[in-house]
Amino acid sequence: MSTRSPLLRILGAALLGAVIIVILSIKLNTFRDYQIAEIAVYVLAIAGLTVLTGLSGQISLGNGAFMAIGAYTTALLLAHLGWPFVAVLVVAGIVSAAGGVIVGVAAARLRGPYLAGVTLMLGVALPFLAYVYPSTLGGDQGLDVTYTQPAFLGANFPLTRWQAWVSSAVALVVLVLLANLGRSRVGRNWRAVRDDEVAAALAGINVARSRVLAFVVSAACAGLAGALLAIITALVAPGAFTITLSIALLTGAVIGGLGTLLGAIWGSLVIVLVPVYATDVATSHGLSTTVASNIPVAAYGVVLILVMLIFPQGIQGGVLWLLRLFGISAARPSRQASTPDAMPSAGETPARPHEKEGTQ
Amino acid sequence: MKRSRSQRLRVPAIAVMATAALALAACSSSSGSASGTSSGSSSTAALTASAPGITATTITIGSHQPLTGPAAPGYSEIAPASAAYFAYVNANGGVDGRKIVYKYLDDAYNPTQTASVVRQLVLQDNVYAIFDGLGTPTHLAVESFLNAQKVPDVFVASGCDCWNQPSTDPETFGWQLDYIREGKILGQYIAEHFAGKKIGYFYQDDEFGQDGVKGLDMEIPKSMVVSRQSYVDTNVNIAPQVAALHAAGAQVVVSFSIPAFTALLKLNSLKLGYSPTLVVSSVGSDPITLSGLLESFAKQGGATVNGNQLTAGIITDGYLPTLGDTSNSWIALFKKIHDQYDAKAPFDGNVLYGEAVAYTFVQAMLKAGRNPTRADLVNAINAGLPQGPMVAPYAYSSTDHAGATGAYIGVINNGVLTQEGSVLTTDTTPSGAITTVTATQQPAPASGIPSP
Repeated sequence: MSTRSPLLRILGAALLGAVIIVILSIKLNTFRDYQIAEIAVYVLAIAGLTVLTGLSGQISLGNGAFMAIGAYTTALLLAHLGWPFVAVLVVAGIVSAAGGVIVGVAAARLRGPYLAGVTLMLGVALPFLAYVYPSTLGGDQGLDVTYTQPAFLGANFPLTRWQAWVSSAVALVVLVLLANLGRSRVGRNWRAVRDDEVAAALAGINVARSRVLAFVVSAACAGLAGALLAIITALVAPGAFTITLSIALLTGAVIGGLGTLLGAIWGSLVIVLVPVYATDVATSHGLSTTVASNIPVAAYGVVLILVMLIFPQGIQGGVLWLLRLFGISAARPSRQASTPDAMPSAGETPARPHEKEGTQ
Repeated sequence: MKRSRSQRLRVPAIAVMATAALALAACSSSSGSASGTSSGSSSTAALTASAPGITATTITIGSHQPLTGPAAPGYSEIAPASAAYFAYVNANGGVDGRKIVYKYLDDAYNPTQTASVVRQLVLQDNVYAIFDGLGTPTHLAVESFLNAQKVPDVFVASGCDCWNQPSTDPETFGWQLDYIREGKILGQYIAEHFAGKKIGYFYQDDEFGQDGVKGLDMEIPKSMVVSRQSYVDTNVNIAPQVAALHAAGAQVVVSFSIPAFTALLKLNSLKLGYSPTLVVSSVGSDPITLSGLLESFAKQGGATVNGNQLTAGIITDGYLPTLGDTSNSWIALFKKIHDQYDAKAPFDGNVLYGEAVAYTFVQAMLKAGRNPTRADLVNAINAGLPQGPMVAPYAYSSTDHAGATGAYIGVINNGVLTQEGSVLTTDTTPSGAITTVTATQQPAPASGIPSP
């Protein structure tokens, strides 16, 4: 595919990303650091979802629930056992992945709207457990999460900058892993299953196992995102994991470009930053509160519609198209260009995203 | 599809100026209380940038409010009403010559968004204080952050007893009557007036409802309570709870609910042909909001109802003067300011709330001194505030951060709340007596601005 090793290229990109984030986090104020951390959380969750939907062709309207699992695991472990955060993070990922196994086993038998329905139910119902077990899970007001920066940074080191670093580091590591996974045999199996289950099965791929694995990976990513969200907001409450979160994640994946990891980054930027800018514009033009407070929501919708109209393959698709327009081949596999938008679907294959070569 | 994260990257011109002017001050004193010396100097001292958010000409404060989302109906009127009162103060000389810049951001009643917008206000916009942050679950998400940053967290718009923890959260102050006191006052009324009847509870399953029930249980004998039903504010299907109250034969239902769920309770019981006497917390009983909700919910269900007819007979309590009492100087003042600066909103309980809490903030600022630090504001409130528009005194002291301590019982008729009996005051302990407030409330100042 490429003259250089893909692994080296992925690591190089991740390193470049790390350098940019460190520079930004030092140059910008502490609130922007908080936003960087927030974006990193979304990148993680959306990357997991984009792998699930874009590569393995399964839809999930309930990934917010996996975030909740990761977040509550983190809150409980930090409060009761006082583990170091790295260990907590690993366990949060594992517990969410276990949740992914359960959902994945059910999901492997379901297609299209039925799968959407089951995951939707998960997204709606799971946060309610907090109300059922208020003594353990804190009920409506949730659980406090205490997390401070390590002592060696000094007392004056802004906590939000440390949170931005931690979140970004986790996000970058996961992106590197996902990029490799997408290029590996596992990723090829996912694409094969997505495109034609019968052909994949004939080729010797265990279709069910492949689909469950995609759910596990996606759930683990969401769980890690939830763990990070818990430490940056210092609170885990059911109000944070409503169905709107799950839908926002899917929106981010679609808007950024399904199936591409760079698309997850674009999607996160849109989700976090567009409402911020829109609020800013709305309130600085002297509009009445009722109008101004609804503009961010409207702007979000407009951006979504425009991106889908202009770049049906998401922002990442648009970026590649622009690069080609200016004659830059982007030195990336040029297969995207020749990939037809609509693959002929075999029978009742799920609502399948426009396929892309993943893992840019 | 809406997950509006209402933060901003760019700040309005005013905030930029404020930030620039304060960059040094903010950096050099990482904690607002660095120099604890009170700067309440003589009235001729030059105005200085004495704290983050304070310049020679402005005081910038921030808040998180549910401007969109499930809690927006009614509550979204509060912040504009506060802004209207601040506009009135600004137009009449401001606070010691400084104008109040009130920046409230939408959190859609989602704690994660609250965490985000409050960090924006504190870390980026450098507000002097967080004022009237609305909601129990939302504000709990930022209480420890604000106290760690030593940002005054004044007059939280929630009656949760949890704001009254001066030893662990010295920056946080409640304002409205807390739900335990409210429950006690309503409970005593029920125990006295409905002796021998079957009582049912309907409450929101969070600090709000649970604190209310705590107060009720201190006054109502357990044997009278035949059913206890709770709801969560994200699930509007309360038919099972209402059916349970009906089946238990509750003749009086006490409801610690937000307005939308008071309306749902009423409509669901109508459907069953069940009409218990309703006793509702002041949180969920504003007649104008309630009547509007009843009519719009019924319309969604394809029915037409008269909101004012349905709210008739609801028993509730009030810690501010009744809206209908136009001869009351406070109501006259707030109505005048509302008509001038916030005329688009109906003059209802939410607007009254917003203006009254803004008045209290101006009281506290004037007491904090001419060039106040953040600690000066906290100390000023700790030293106690005159009760102003409240019908009963505040509890404020260095060991008590609860707000109003009492209320009167009222009945809604024709969409108007009428006071019944005198103002009662109490504390939050089970043994604390409920006593009558004998002192009459001071009238509003003629200027409409509190005197220092």
